[in-house]
Amino acid sequence: MNDTFQLDGASVPFAPGQTVMQAALAAGHYIPHLCYHPEFKPHGSCKLCTVKIGNHTAASCTMPAEAGLEIESDIEELNALRRTLVQMLFAEGNHFCPSCEKSGNCVLQALGYDLEVHTAGFRHMYPDRPLDASHPEILLDFNRCVLCELCVRASGEVDGKSVFALAGRGITKHLIVNSASGLLKDTNIALTDKAMEVCPVGVILKKRVGFSKPIGERRYDQRPISAQALDDAPRTPTGAKHE
Amino acid sequence: MNDITHRPKKLKIATTSLAGCFGCHMSFLDIDERILPLLDLIEFDRSPITDIKHCGPCDIGLIEGGICNAENVHVLREFRRNCKILISIGACAVTGGLPAQRNHLDLGSCLTEVYLTEPGLAHGHIPNDPELPLPLDKVHPLHEVVKIDYFIPGCPPSGDAIWKFLTDLIAGKTPELGHGLIKYD
Ligand code: SF4
Ligand code: SF4
Ligand code: FES
Repeated sequence: MNDTFQLDGASVPFAPGQTVMQAALAAGHYIPHLCYHPEFKPHGSCKLCTVKIGNHTAASCTMPAEAGLEIESDIEELNALRRTLVQMLFAEGNHFCPSCEKSGNCVLQALGYDLEVHTAGFRHMYPDRPLDASHPEILLDFNRCVLCELCVRASGEVDGKSVFALAGRGITKHLIVNSASGLLKDTNIALTDKAMEVCPVGVILKKRVGFSKPIGERRYDQRPISAQALDDAPRTPTGAKHE
Repeated sequence: MNDITHRPKKLKIATTSLAGCFGCHMSFLDIDERILPLLDLIEFDRSPITDIKHCGPCDIGLIEGGICNAENVHVLREFRRNCKILISIGACAVTGGLPAQRNHLDLGSCLTEVYLTEPGLAHGHIPNDPELPLPLDKVHPLHEVVKIDYFIPGCPPSGDAIWKFLTDLIAGKTPELGHGLIKYD
């Protein structure tokens, strides 16, 4: 129970079975992440949570904590790579934040702010991804999907419905809806589903409630994601608490 | 860079709006009375503030708006040739912004719908005056056409963000925005 590893020079306690990410967040140390969600099994796909252990790198959301590890995370070398990952996500989708309902509450955007990403840098791909507005209560805007599979995991594991899946490979990988027509109206998704609350970006949206919170009162207006994410993470019983 | 307290001469700054809405320029004016101490350090070359039509040699160029027509390309290149430091300011310059939302549509069908088939446009025609710059088939952010040195995101960036960025730069520091000033919306 009292085993520890070192993270950026700080001693982090962990319980058996915890990942580096879980232990770090529980002890009040933020490691940037996008596809990790405290309530789901790690997916290990976005690589924003990459840390260095000696000369190796690993995704901290999937890596089991081990006593004595010496881990680096908040270093310019890794933050520069994280910035590039965020820039690629912006360039490969259509992220027009000024007209996005998720703006201010969006994890991708908040990561960009925290990492001081001023531009996508790359050539924008402006893909053609039509919306699915077929469902009376729910809108799908595929332009902003970052392929984190949180909706897939939530709909399958929690809702028992498997409304969503990812199809294709590489740059053609995309989110699909599991119905004969491919349209959301022909699924049994409901507003109360877990899949409705997990999307970190602005893809799965409840209709007719957009822009209800004024600028200044949205989730990441007050506090950067590096502070907010610590509040969202469960604490371990090791007694470690931040602030 | 020069020490701002012992500067022999003022920095020259040029500004323009390409495929933008002048919102970033309005936001620049939101620095309010801070424009007075700023004017001790800088003078404006080409800008809507001076109405100078062509940009001469400058230290800093600030461009809002992306590239949507042939004239935008010429103006952008004129700025790049003349400005030591070129800054892309605002969502449209940085990402293409709202005008780039036509990028997955065919330009011909956009023009047809806007000028010919839209209800109420019975006698409409697609503007063809030779004075009008030709639209490009896609809207581009500035960094896809010329090298850009710095980016100030936001739609528009706040007056405070612009002030922080410019004063950092004039003081010879790497400009940083930080929480509350960096925003994409
Ligand atoms: S999903 Fe996030 S990053 Fe993408 S447009 Fe919306 S607010 Fe911006
Ligand atoms: S729709 Fe949202 S939750 Fe689902 S994969 Fe895309 S980004 Fe992730
Ligand atoms: S958060 Fe670890 S890979 Fe995405």
